[in-house]
Amino acid sequence: MAALKQEVIALNGDEAVAYAVKQCDVDVVAAYPITPQTIIVERFSEYVANGEVDTAFICVESEHSALTCCLTAAATGARAFTATASAGLALMHEILGVTSGCRAPVVMAIVNRALSAPINIHGDHSDSMAERDMGWIHIYAENSQEAYDSIIQAFRIAEHPEVLLPTLVGLDGFILSHTLENVHVLPDETVKRFVGERKLPLVRNHEGKLVPFKLDPENPITIGPLDLYDYYFEHKRQQEEAMRKAYDIIKEVHEEYAQLSGRRYGNGLVEPYRLEDAEIATVCIGSTAGTVKTVVDELREKGVKAGLLRIRVFRPLPVQDIIKWLSDKKAVAVMDRACSFGGNGGPLFHEIRHALYDLQNRPPVINYIYGLGGRDTPPYLIHHVYQNLQKIVETGRIEQLVNFIGLRE
Amino acid sequence: MSPEYKSWKEIPIAGVCWVPSTEYKTGDWRTYKPVWDSEKCIRCMLCHIYCPEGAIKYNAETDEMEFNYDFCKGCGICANECPKEAIKMVLEGKE
Ligand code: SF4
Ligand code: SF4
Repeated sequence: MAALKQEVIALNGDEAVAYAVKQCDVDVVAAYPITPQTIIVERFSEYVANGEVDTAFICVESEHSALTCCLTAAATGARAFTATASAGLALMHEILGVTSGCRAPVVMAIVNRALSAPINIHGDHSDSMAERDMGWIHIYAENSQEAYDSIIQAFRIAEHPEVLLPTLVGLDGFILSHTLENVHVLPDETVKRFVGERKLPLVRNHEGKLVPFKLDPENPITIGPLDLYDYYFEHKRQQEEAMRKAYDIIKEVHEEYAQLSGRRYGNGLVEPYRLEDAEIATVCIGSTAGTVKTVVDELREKGVKAGLLRIRVFRPLPVQDIIKWLSDKKAVAVMDRACSFGGNGGPLFHEIRHALYDLQNRPPVINYIYGLGGRDTPPYLIHHVYQNLQKIVETGRIEQLVNFIGLRE
Repeated sequence: MSPEYKSWKEIPIAGVCWVPSTEYKTGDWRTYKPVWDSEKCIRCMLCHIYCPEGAIKYNAETDEMEFNYDFCKGCGICANECPKEAIKMVLEGKE
């Protein structure tokens, strides 16, 4: 199918997200409207004020309440969205687990920004990496176009009856959120049809009846009550299962969307760039991939077999794709825009190394922590990473496993 | 693990309850038990209204306040609210 003709609008990442949400027929948006909030809900509240959407827009007193509001709306079968960043996400922490535990498919945009202290409002991945284990699907965009596309896909993924997991879409603070870009947008009707209505699975209630999984006075059910050592563990195992199922569903939704839009991001979970015949590779998340691709092109010009694996979906971790794309490399560097203090490397590094561990012949994998607090990461720093990888291939020796790049020593 | 427990594949998601709360007896949490004195009681029904568990009922045929000890958790609210001190909280097993 030929991709649809699409309008091109100049939008920054925040506006691209708001535009996508506008088209997704969302019932409830709840948000705390001041710092660390972004333009996302500001723009969306304009759509509400102009009557362009019939969404209930609820201004709450904190991010903790914003997510609670969305979680409860989603539990009634509604479609719910919120957005936050940095400290706002940290304040939501408790409710992140309640949302996933209640299997409430809330979609949330995270403008990835540093956590205090010292106070910093700029881009890095510390905020959402700290929420790695809260049972949310994590999708990270490389640019504003992808932020737009990912939000639309996120509703389909989160609300899929086999998944029912809240989903966050990360976009790099300022680098994407505040930078204008040409964004191709699909017609409203197309998006509405693609996202569709929520399909609710049936659950057996306390009267033994099969009823739709939603809070409804006609068919009352209880969601997320006291659950001790007798069943809590079983419910957590179900969440793990939903993550495993999400792997295929993310792929399917991504492919269906690609047919519609003509835009594809690898297989929807990882995006390899000039990786097929590469000997050395880096792995990263988010907007830095744009810089890395430029550097890979420059290196290829010089005959260096360099490649990149961009992780688009961090949860569920696409282990089989990581193995497929990295197992035959001679050396790999994982770039982390977050630090796991005392953990001997960043979170992405840990997981990539873990994915490769069972291989008979696994490549050496090193780590670069970069760009904390919005520190710029220009191409020459990425060149430095590839140079180090070349040295490892030549000498067979790793001098330093965990490295900090762009830092004054 | 006892065979009467279901596996994660059999139970509804998100902790949705597949049995009514009346089958989940909460009375065994109790340390103190409310003991009712028919003589002092004026049948004002305050205890019935205040009990958070709905464990106190008035039986019109016998004219008695009935306590359901399967669900009474021993909070003592009834004894506290009773205007006639007709309910005493007694250590379980010592009544
Ligand atoms: S002790 Fe508490 S639960 Fe028990 S009957 Fe009195 S009010 Fe109800
Ligand atoms: S509150 Fe006291 S007096 Fe009133 S009905 Fe209950 S036991 Fe009787």
